[in-house]
Amino acid sequence: MVNFIKNNLLLIPGLIWITLFLILPCLLIISLSFFERGVYGGIEYNFNFQNYFRVLEFTYLKIIANSAKIAFLSGLFAVLIGYPAAYFIHKAPAKYQIALLFLVMLPFWSNYLIRTYAWMVLLNNQGLFNTLLIKLNIITEPLNILYTEFAVITGLVYNYLPFVILSIFSSISKLDRNLIEASKDLGGNSIKTFLLVTLPLTLPGVAAGFIFVFVLSIGNFITPDLLGGGKFLMIGNLIYDQFLSARDWPFGASLSFVLISIMLLLLFLQAYAVRKIS
Amino acid sequence: MKFGKLYLFLIFGFLYIPIIVLITLSFNKSGVPTSWGGFSLEWYLKLFENKKILNALINTLIVATISTLLASIIGTLLAVGIELKKNKNHFIEGTVFVPMIIPDIVMAISLLSFFTLLQFTLGLYSIIISHVVFNIAFVCAIVRTRFNHFDHNIIEASYDLGAKNITTFIKITLPVIFPGVLAGSLLAFTLSIDEFIIAFFTAGPGSDSTTLPMLIYSMIRFGVTPEINALSTFIILFSFLILFISQRFNKGNVIL
Repeated sequence: MVNFIKNNLLLIPGLIWITLFLILPCLLIISLSFFERGVYGGIEYNFNFQNYFRVLEFTYLKIIANSAKIAFLSGLFAVLIGYPAAYFIHKAPAKYQIALLFLVMLPFWSNYLIRTYAWMVLLNNQGLFNTLLIKLNIITEPLNILYTEFAVITGLVYNYLPFVILSIFSSISKLDRNLIEASKDLGGNSIKTFLLVTLPLTLPGVAAGFIFVFVLSIGNFITPDLLGGGKFLMIGNLIYDQFLSARDWPFGASLSFVLISIMLLLLFLQAYAVRKIS
Repeated sequence: MKFGKLYLFLIFGFLYIPIIVLITLSFNKSGVPTSWGGFSLEWYLKLFENKKILNALINTLIVATISTLLASIIGTLLAVGIELKKNKNHFIEGTVFVPMIIPDIVMAISLLSFFTLLQFTLGLYSIIISHVVFNIAFVCAIVRTRFNHFDHNIIEASYDLGAKNITTFIKITLPVIFPGVLAGSLLAFTLSIDEFIIAFFTAGPGSDSTTLPMLIYSMIRFGVTPEINALSTFIILFSFLILFISQRFNKGNVIL
């Protein structure tokens, strides 16, 4: 026992902190989800599955499905836009690569709220995007872009693209150059080599990037709130509302549990796929 | 290759145009995005007169400083502890990974329920406790990258020469990983300064413990004033500065 503590001494403060202030609160939320909302908004301790039956109601299923759809599309676009970027950064001279990656990551570490607000300024009816299109005589009436799903997806892709590029880049840079040489020696042209050698071998990076965007998007609150106009577009807004306005904590807790389950399922699938490939 | 350059140019345009627009607007005298009323520092001056903003700034700095200090120590110990273990422990690595992937909103409501159940009075300190959680994970991750090129023999050598655990840690391990510790704590500092949802839920009622992001959110949500562009510019440039410094310390390792 003394030896065990000695060996793990360095780990103890961190593990205690994370357990006490994250794992325990999460377990609390899971147990809350099996109780009911009291008449005055408190919690009534009757064990049952009511909240989970409620999650299955059409209204809520629709929101969950919609969240998944938005998260999926965001992940897809981020990967489609990010792959060529990562590829071209990899093709750039070695001395510029770190600088280019740093420039890609820089916006990612600036304030999320502000980055999202910037898109409100760009996309709003009197915003720059519409003003530009009107001045160029492409449209006569401003397009309603802000407060749509399109705006939400744009915001999510914008916010998470840097990470996707980094993830795909690291996958490309691990690639064995000899394989590409071999493919070319065997008569494969550039396109064939890319499709048959480079792309399949860099799929783990693509998958990691996609899952990252999906996971962060499906539980997102700020982007659907600001760019989606606070409609109940996504599950994050719904959870927020249960805790701050509707005061139905148990129902909010069950929604959170559903959200975490979806995420964990995906992460497990990814880990499983990676293990199978390698 | 020409196409490649053009593509990267477009990507950087996409990434930086929103930020550049915001910075430009902060100097716009007219205060509205559609017309340019000339260059002015008016909104910046207004910013410094605003008591609410100054108060929120002080709160933010208190939270960020204390949570960074705590998380840097705990996170570094955790990283060293994990890396010096002979065999990988998936359970520990998984636990440390949780704060990085859990949705902010879920972490926020969990902490709110937890603090409420224990009947804690919410305030700045509950925000600090919560921020330390995810900062530990990020510091730990960055410090661990320093072990990629770490020669474990130097630790053995230190033991062979008769140094004890603590001496070895201070004289051998710490100097090698120190750039990572600095980079990690700078990153934790920016994360904490920028964090909104968890602070929003764990700050409690009243405006005493409002942080800057909470104030920005209410400014965006309930009536945008031109001051917000100036404030945003300020915060963006500040984070950029910290990241530049952080990158210098941790040369060769691109920030996560």
